[in-house]
Amino acid sequence: MTVETAATQGKKDFKTDGSALKGNYREYGLVLALILIMLFFQYTTSGVLFKPVNLTNLVLQNSYIIIMALGMLLVIVAGHIDLSVGSVSGFIGGLAAVMMVRWQIHYIPATILCLIMGGAIGAAQGYWIAYHKIPSFIVTLAGMLVFRGLALWLLGGQSVGPFPPQFQLLSSGFIPDFFGYPGFNVTSMLVGIILVALMIYFSVRGRAKREKHGYQGEPFALFVAKNLIIAGIVLFLTYLLSSYKGLPNVLIVMSLLIALFVFVTKRMTVGRRIYAMGGNEKAAKLSGIKTERLTFLTFVNMGVLAALAGLIFAARLNTATPKAGLGFELDVIAAVFIGGASAMGGVGQVMGAVIGAFIMGVMNNGMSIMGVNIDWQQVIKGLVLLAAVIFDVYNKNKA
Amino acid sequence: METILEMCNITKVFPGVKALNNVNLNVRKGEIHALVGENGAGKSTLMKVLSGVYPHGSYEGEIFYNGQEQHFRGISDSEKQGIIIIHQELALVPLLSIAENIFLGNEPAKFGIIDWHVAENRTRELLAKVGLKEDPLTLITNLGVGKQQLVEIAKALSKDVELLILDEPTASLNEKDSDALLDLLLEFKAHGISSILISHKLNEVGKVADRITVLRDGATIETLDKQDISEDRIVTSMVGRQLADRFPQREPDIGEVVFEVKDWVVHHHIHSERTVINGINLNVRKGEVVGIAGLMGAGRTEFAMSVFGKAYGRNISGEVFINGRKVDVSTIGKAIDNGIAYVTEDRKTYGLNLIDHIKHNATIANLEGVSHNGVLDDMAELKVANEYRRKTNIRSSSIYQRTGNLSGGNQQKVVLSKWLFANPDLLILDEPTRGIDVGAKYEIYTIINQLVSEGKSVLMISSEMPELLGVCDRIYVMNQGRLVGEMPASEASQEKIMRAIIRAEGKAS
Repeated sequence: MTVETAATQGKKDFKTDGSALKGNYREYGLVLALILIMLFFQYTTSGVLFKPVNLTNLVLQNSYIIIMALGMLLVIVAGHIDLSVGSVSGFIGGLAAVMMVRWQIHYIPATILCLIMGGAIGAAQGYWIAYHKIPSFIVTLAGMLVFRGLALWLLGGQSVGPFPPQFQLLSSGFIPDFFGYPGFNVTSMLVGIILVALMIYFSVRGRAKREKHGYQGEPFALFVAKNLIIAGIVLFLTYLLSSYKGLPNVLIVMSLLIALFVFVTKRMTVGRRIYAMGGNEKAAKLSGIKTERLTFLTFVNMGVLAALAGLIFAARLNTATPKAGLGFELDVIAAVFIGGASAMGGVGQVMGAVIGAFIMGVMNNGMSIMGVNIDWQQVIKGLVLLAAVIFDVYNKNKA
Repeated sequence: METILEMCNITKVFPGVKALNNVNLNVRKGEIHALVGENGAGKSTLMKVLSGVYPHGSYEGEIFYNGQEQHFRGISDSEKQGIIIIHQELALVPLLSIAENIFLGNEPAKFGIIDWHVAENRTRELLAKVGLKEDPLTLITNLGVGKQQLVEIAKALSKDVELLILDEPTASLNEKDSDALLDLLLEFKAHGISSILISHKLNEVGKVADRITVLRDGATIETLDKQDISEDRIVTSMVGRQLADRFPQREPDIGEVVFEVKDWVVHHHIHSERTVINGINLNVRKGEVVGIAGLMGAGRTEFAMSVFGKAYGRNISGEVFINGRKVDVSTIGKAIDNGIAYVTEDRKTYGLNLIDHIKHNATIANLEGVSHNGVLDDMAELKVANEYRRKTNIRSSSIYQRTGNLSGGNQQKVVLSKWLFANPDLLILDEPTRGIDVGAKYEIYTIINQLVSEGKSVLMISSEMPELLGVCDRIYVMNQGRLVGEMPASEASQEKIMRAIIRAEGKAS
């Protein structure tokens, strides 16, 4: 190899990352939209939005939507839809209440049984979708009716509660403070700082690894700016939360799940195969991918996450009601589509879905504080969903 | 005799390919004019120009119909003039009735309300004309292919047809139905309706055609009168071309048998009583390129896909051996693990994830090769993608270009990259150069040569005979699910292959 070819090689690779960066513009745009929406409500609610107590509420209120959005993203990327998640989460919440309150089963085995039950429900639906090619829209529409009905039957139309205090901690608990500094949760702040440090470490290591292999990444200035901004936002939010009660337990659970799903979709073969299947199922199948099994597992995963969301929601209300989870599926699906997933399958990012869920959550929260009526809230949310998707399609056609 | 249709100097260019080059076609009033030529000679393209599928302005040349120059902008324009085309793939809606299909888009209606009485009565008349004894309310799906063909013709009659174009009408018919159809054409002729008949079955052509026009490589070779028609004459005319330097040279270095199929039988994936592949035995040696020649519908793709993890067909029986060892190819995963790769005929539908970029497409069939314990190694993948992009000479801005935005030739190279990276012993190529330009074809042939020189084996399906002759070491001829010939490429010629096919067609029909 001559010097010249090596040089052109390097140049080419720089270009490759330039276009990879372009693909991320949408994600940056989404973050920007979220920040603008937050600032807008911070202004219109005269500063209530960023108050530590409200921020904590925001996390608690949206955790179950975000957790389900992780599973829904995979389902939608695989080219399917799951309309049953709201009913399933309600049913599992009811099941948890019956087991823990009526039958007095210890909360740990009860929780595990509930998650297994969620997986079984996902398997039951996924079986028909994957192996018998029944459209997911129909199977999960049936599931939506069935599990709503079963939840009503299970609870006998009544609310059941309260849950054992330890179980309630799943939603209402905060990570314990070992320092006892009044009015500030030092442990939480430390966790935040460690998290940011880890993030920067991995980010720098990844960049170094790329450079070692002779691939140039994004420009250095952009790399630094991006990391500093993200670190700043995380530290700022951690600081706000720490000055109330600290980091909620559910935020930790949620963050770990988000990290796991980002890793699965971006770095693992199984994630790559789901995208390939959603992009062209026939081609994926002819490339040796077991598309049926993959579809099936996608729905099992969705069932487990819907069950987890149901448990968190029940723990938060401290009672299981027959109406729990009503309409959740719509918020979850909306979050995934606002986050840039394609209804045709094959396209979508975990972080997009998470940010999409936060956009919906912040709008709910902000409009409620402003005193916007629930009817108009629905109208505005619907229009935002439509606008986000129109924007996507418009951009795609322009490109 | 009066001329009804004259197409003068028609030239139609697709990106990178000249599909038609100054083609002339002259059809007289009330004659049956046969159009013959190899797959890809330009017959269908010419008919699409005539019927307005390719609108006026997208081609060069003139069309005169009944003495007047025509500028068809769509099928409805040509249909108004009485030119009706019946395609090889029938365009009937299976779950609608005969009457509904015949009047689809042309319903006898007042203020948008259909008069089914009129429709049914007229359908009855039309069915009587084509000799089909069926109730107008019968659903299409309950009819056999032969009867469906007659419904198509009845539909054409409902539009006051003057010039009927039939594209391979008897390809999927049995002998009795074929004869009935040909008799019908003769009857139409007696009523003054002209027909253009596209067919591979030269015996049929000889039976009914008044004149024959031969197309080859998108050009008119000659038009023969009835008294000059003979099979030899037509075959020579169809294939008589010199093989120029369109194929890269290769010194064959052929070893032991690598891949062998014994007594392979496959049934249709829906109509499981129909045998699609009937007792095929073939083998491929190390470092050898073996071709399978045949007409469209001969069962070549079905054979390849059934071997590749039963991706096609039902009730499959037979044995597959790799390096002398009997292997299980019952799923695609197992076929790949046993060293078989299959590059599909239709790369857009079956080969690529068009919304994703080159890198992800290139590694998808062998993700194990770029991962550890299910975790992808980004650097390894980047290296592989760049390496194969260079190796197969994919022209793109980078490995991050979406495959949907690549040209056909470059898309095919991505598919090849995907399977090269899976490192198979046997690579099955199904029409690897369909729809790609001459330059890219040469590059694909070069890749094939390189592969076999590395000791791999290639089984290549192609409808382009020169390609088979230019690239392969040995050629099998397939017809109607059977092998009807085998010859070393050195002894093969297009005439020989054609004869083997036509001999078999004659026996079968």
